Amino acid sequence: MFHLYSIKVIALIILRIIFITFFMNNQFFVFFKALLGSCKDLLPIILVIAFFQFAVLQQPMPNVGDILVGLVLVILGLTFFIYGLEMGLFPIGESMAQAFAKKGSISWLLTFAFCLGFGTTVAEPSLIAVAKEAAIVAASGGIIADTIESQRSYANGLRFTVAFAVGFAIVVGVLRILRGWPIQYLILGGYVVVVLITMIAPSWIIGIAYDSGGVTTSTITVPLVTALGVGLASSIKGRNPMIDGFGLIAFASLTPMIFVMIYGMVIN
Amino acid sequence: MELFFEFLTTLKNTVVDVLPILSIILGFQLLVIRKPIPHVKQVGFGFIYVLIGLALFLLGLEKALFPLGKMMAEQLTAPEFIHAGEEVLTAIHWSDYTWVYIFAAAIGFSTTIAEPSLIAVAIKAEEVSGGAINSNSLRISVAIGVAVGIALGSYRIVVGHPIHYYIIAGYVIVVIQTFFCPKLIVPLAYDSGGVTTSTVTVPLVAALGLGLASTIPGRSPLIDGFGLIAFASLFPIISVMGYTQLAEIKSKIVTKKLEKRSKDKIHKRNLNKNNKTP
Repeated sequence: MFHLYSIKVIALIILRIIFITFFMNNQFFVFFKALLGSCKDLLPIILVIAFFQFAVLQQPMPNVGDILVGLVLVILGLTFFIYGLEMGLFPIGESMAQAFAKKGSISWLLTFAFCLGFGTTVAEPSLIAVAKEAAIVAASGGIIADTIESQRSYANGLRFTVAFAVGFAIVVGVLRILRGWPIQYLILGGYVVVVLITMIAPSWIIGIAYDSGGVTTSTITVPLVTALGVGLASSIKGRNPMIDGFGLIAFASLTPMIFVMIYGMVIN
Repeated sequence: MELFFEFLTTLKNTVVDVLPILSIILGFQLLVIRKPIPHVKQVGFGFIYVLIGLALFLLGLEKALFPLGKMMAEQLTAPEFIHAGEEVLTAIHWSDYTWVYIFAAAIGFSTTIAEPSLIAVAIKAEEVSGGAINSNSLRISVAIGVAVGIALGSYRIVVGHPIHYYIIAGYVIVVIQTFFCPKLIVPLAYDSGGVTTSTVTVPLVAALGLGLASTIPGRSPLIDGFGLIAFASLFPIISVMGYTQLAEIKSKIVTKKLEKRSKDKIHKRNLNKNNKTP
């Protein structure tokens, strides 16, 4: 585990960061306002859980202390996240987009797009969890051999398929921004492909394939990719950041469905 | 103190998750772009804040919301609650699960409001549109879409329909809406489908689906438990486009009214003039 000394060092660093935030930049009120905003964001969850616990299930709240501590952590965490988002994630995404646009090398930009999509997805914890579960389904359904070895290779195959699909999606999305293609034809075309493949794909893969579209985009990828798209669209002449800048995530949640169903067909 | 240890472990895991992204960014910045990052200090601190924030957020969710939400999902789908005091019938009826649908919708709505990646996209959309798109109304309309989607998805698990009929029907609605929707909103609406389901929503929704599929006779948790997330990422597209369509219709009605009023005024004035002139 952690050494006592390293804890001290990390605690000092965190204290220093908090100190700098609050006093050096005189941003205490900004932070406080953000904190209030986070409270407002969490209010619905608290209300829903309280209502169902007391009014519907009619049970007392278990370990109230833990829950209160957890809530405080969630509120603080959300505040820090949003604070850092506008300081770090958005600016870096946009400045990289502008730098690539200035450099004018499309192939490097597309390589970057693919790496960003592939690299962020392959290590995504929720995807790893879903892939594991899917391997168990497949083993119990007799699709693959019921051994740990084959389950692992199946899960890994699924993961790499999804990651490749996301990388491909970001590349297509970036190309769309560069060329100014209207998004609806691409997405609707994708839907048609999904529907067609659904008809021939084995039925056990369909639920997993549909879900894999939703789980791919993580909390750090989304702001980065959004900033990349908006930054690109605003630094290329003739592109509207509102029309051309958004839409990258839409591709990233569409292509995994197609690729995973194809993966299921290949395995079959 | 124990909490602090847990925080450090979560922070370590978050950093490990973020490492691939960070190395890609740094690699391209240093090797391809070959220019220093503008405002390095600020960006660095921003990254640290994001990491600390995410770690705190995840730890808090693990401590408070997930155990409670998962427990409630299990309790609400448990046969003892559904058939409270009554003898268990052989065939289940979809209306026995009314509280489950209400819970599904409520938890879908409230977790979406707190979803950090949706907040990020909403902030950006408001900034890019120059305030024409309000970040709060965007988030609320996405949350309504998720609520409807998850409630409908739970209904599907209860009645046992195949998933693709629903999804394909949803696609057809999206296609029709796309043609009548203001063009400016279409990409954002498509995006909002993908961002809704991440850190907060997925674990709770998955618990709900698993609870439902494992307690209803004839459903397999392994096959029917999947699919709720797909509902949650399709319906926001419909609700966001629907919201802008409603807003457009409303503004049209308002401008028509204003035009009519001003016409009436001119008409009246003319009448008055005509009355005076003779």
